[in-house]
This record gives sequence, C-alpha cells and structure tokens, in this order.
Amino acid sequence: MDGVHDMGGMHGFGPIVRDELSYHDEWEVRVHGISNAMAVNGGGRFSLESLDPAVYLGSSYYERWLLARINTLLQSGVITQDEFDASVANYATNQQADLPADDPEAYAKALSAGDARDTEPSVDATAPRFDVGDQVVVCTIHPDGHTRLPRYVRGRRGTVILRYRPQGFQDHEPIDDQDGVQPMYAVRFEGTELWGDQAEINSSVVLDMWESYLEEEVATDGE
Amino acid sequence: MASEDPAVLTKALESLLVEKGLITSTRIDEIVKNYEEDIGPMRGAQVVARAWSDPAYKERLLADGRAAIAEFGFTDPHGAELVVTENTDEVHNMVVCTLCSCYPWSVLGLPPTWYKSFAYRSRAVSEPRTVLKEFDLDLPESTEVRVWDSNSDIRYMVLPKRPAGTEAMSEDALAEIVTRDSMIGVGEVALGSDR
Repeated sequence: MDGVHDMGGMHGFGPIVRDELSYHDEWEVRVHGISNAMAVNGGGRFSLESLDPAVYLGSSYYERWLLARINTLLQSGVITQDEFDASVANYATNQQADLPADDPEAYAKALSAGDARDTEPSVDATAPRFDVGDQVVVCTIHPDGHTRLPRYVRGRRGTVILRYRPQGFQDHEPIDDQDGVQPMYAVRFEGTELWGDQAEINSSVVLDMWESYLEEEVATDGE
Repeated sequence: MASEDPAVLTKALESLLVEKGLITSTRIDEIVKNYEEDIGPMRGAQVVARAWSDPAYKERLLADGRAAIAEFGFTDPHGAELVVTENTDEVHNMVVCTLCSCYPWSVLGLPPTWYKSFAYRSRAVSEPRTVLKEFDLDLPESTEVRVWDSNSDIRYMVLPKRPAGTEAMSEDALAEIVTRDSMIGVGEVALGSDR
C-alpha cells in the first residue's frame, strides 16, 4: 500500500539523530520478546503499514509494533475488545499486578499448530528470465495491499547486478499458493534515474526485485 | 488507544496471551536474554576479521554470505539470505530499509534507534553523501556510494575496508576494532576505533 511507511526520498524528517540505543524502556524489551514468542499471527508488516498515518508518524518504533499486534489480535478475534479493556483497566490500576501463571503445555501445542500453518507452499520457481547485466524497467503498480516495491523506484530503469536464489513473493500477506516462489535479482539504479538533477554525484541504489516486478527494457525504434 | 500508557498496554497484552496459552513469560524472558547477552555486532566483527585474515574465507563470504557466516554458527531461524557487500576505493556500500527496519540482526544484533528513524529511512537513498557526512564520513566523488535498500527478506552486511597499518594484527585483535557502523556502511574502520 502507498502509505506513510514508504519513506524513501521523502523530505522533512530533519537530520539523523544519533540515538544509539535499541530500547529506551522496559516495556519495549517486552514488546520485542512478545512479538518473537507468540504462537499466533500477531500481524506482519501489513498491520504496521495499516496503522492510522498520524499514529504511525506519532508513535515510537516499539509503540507501532505494540499497536499493530493489538489491532491484529482484536481483528482476528484471538482476543476480544472487552477482555482487552478489562486487562488494561486491571494493570492501569496496579501496574505491579501479577501476570497469570505460564501454561507451557498449551503454549507448545499452539506453537506446533502455528508451524503446521506457516509451511511455505512448495511451488518451484520458474527459470529466471534475466541475466546479470540486463537492462530492466520496474513495473508501475499501485496496490492497496502489502507490497515490497517502494514508490520511488516504480517505472525506473536499472541494471541486474546479481541473481539470487528464488524467494517467496511477499506482496500478499499471508503468502498463498498462487504467490509462490520467484526468481530474485539485485537491480542497481543510478541516482540520477531516481532523483534527477537532485541526485548526489556518483550515487546509486540497489533494490531486491522479484521477477514479476520487472519488465525488459525495449529499445525504441528510430532513436 | 494510542493515548494509553504503552507499559500498561504491553502488560495487558502479555497477560491475555499467557492466559490463553499462546505465549509464556518464560519464553519471552529467554528471547530477551538471548538478545542481551549473545547476539550483537561482535558476531559481525568476527566475520569481518576472518575475511580480512583469510582470503579463501573472504571469497566464500562474498559468494554466499549465509553459508560462510553459518561457519561461525550464526544463523537466522527463518533461513534468511544474507549478502555481504565489499567496500573498496571504487564503491562504498551502505544499508537501509526504507519501508520498515530490516537489519541483519543475526550478525549485528538489534538495530540502533537511528537506523529505524524516519530521517535515516527517508534520506539514505536520496542523499546518501549528506547522510554519511552526518556520520562524519566524507567520501571522495570518485567513490560510488551504493545504497542497498533491503526491501525483501534478504539481509545485507557491509565488509568494510581493512585500515592500513593493521597488517601485523591477529584476527582477534582485528575483530576488536570493527565497528557496528562500518558494517552498516555509515562508517569506516580506523586503527584505534572501538566497538
């Protein structure tokens, strides 16, 4: 989706503030741990991108993670709004209130159910269409779902510089059989191709391109 | 909801997930501890130091980063591809994720806040030289600045240039001077630099 998360080339965010920390607060550590440990789909990239733009821009990194997880779990019905509100009210009154006891058996069961669900489809990639050195043009798309094709590179011309092992296509979360696995390339774009006269001297950008993002460059007659 | 204290929301969420058997607090503790104690840029530094010391290893590393890094036992649980790009006098590589915050955490640990900041994500692709100057790195115009926008599940790490005057240093001593920033590509390794 063409949301505020697609930031490449945007202006207005100011200088880089050299904040070297990964975390600033204990709850952020916890959010990171929860996101890695939960046995259900807690929302992938699309749930982050689907946050209200003002919330996305106004929240810290781990706040976005937290809100995206909560939204996804509420939407999928894993937790209900009522039970979440009750839980929030409980800890708002007493932040030190104890957590419930672990249920390792139920957790193990939920994990193995999740593993079975997440098995990637065994669709073989087709033979790659492009070689290293080929000139390619990136397709122009405008999907309202998840995509890994940033706006700033759509329609631009580049050169294949590496061919990778095939990769699972990500443009529809979660992956379904139709998406399958595609040849994958590293494509290099001249700075001037992306940014025109504003490009900095002798600069380039390389992006990962699934084959379906690319079209062959066609020479124009008479030029 | 956004106005609620995130510490409260986090605890409310953990509590419900534990209650439903969808998580255990013990497992969260283990993951947190693993990141705090075992995974960090010292891993990438070891990889770089070996590449500088052992030409055959360097060749393997540049040909297949994931396999060469797995020789150290550093792996990604999802089996993500890991590509290592070499800095030379001709090309300086740097890494960003404009769409999100993708980072080679299996070799560099958790990303610093600036890497995930809107300023870095938006500007690294369009004005990389200006960004590098903000990291006190001023590259000659003759060096191509090549920015890798990690938009897929492939992860990137930079192999920095080995500084002059380090010829006699052991692999272990070299690993000590390799910085995290040099492996993201916003810095260079200097003698006397310290992770």
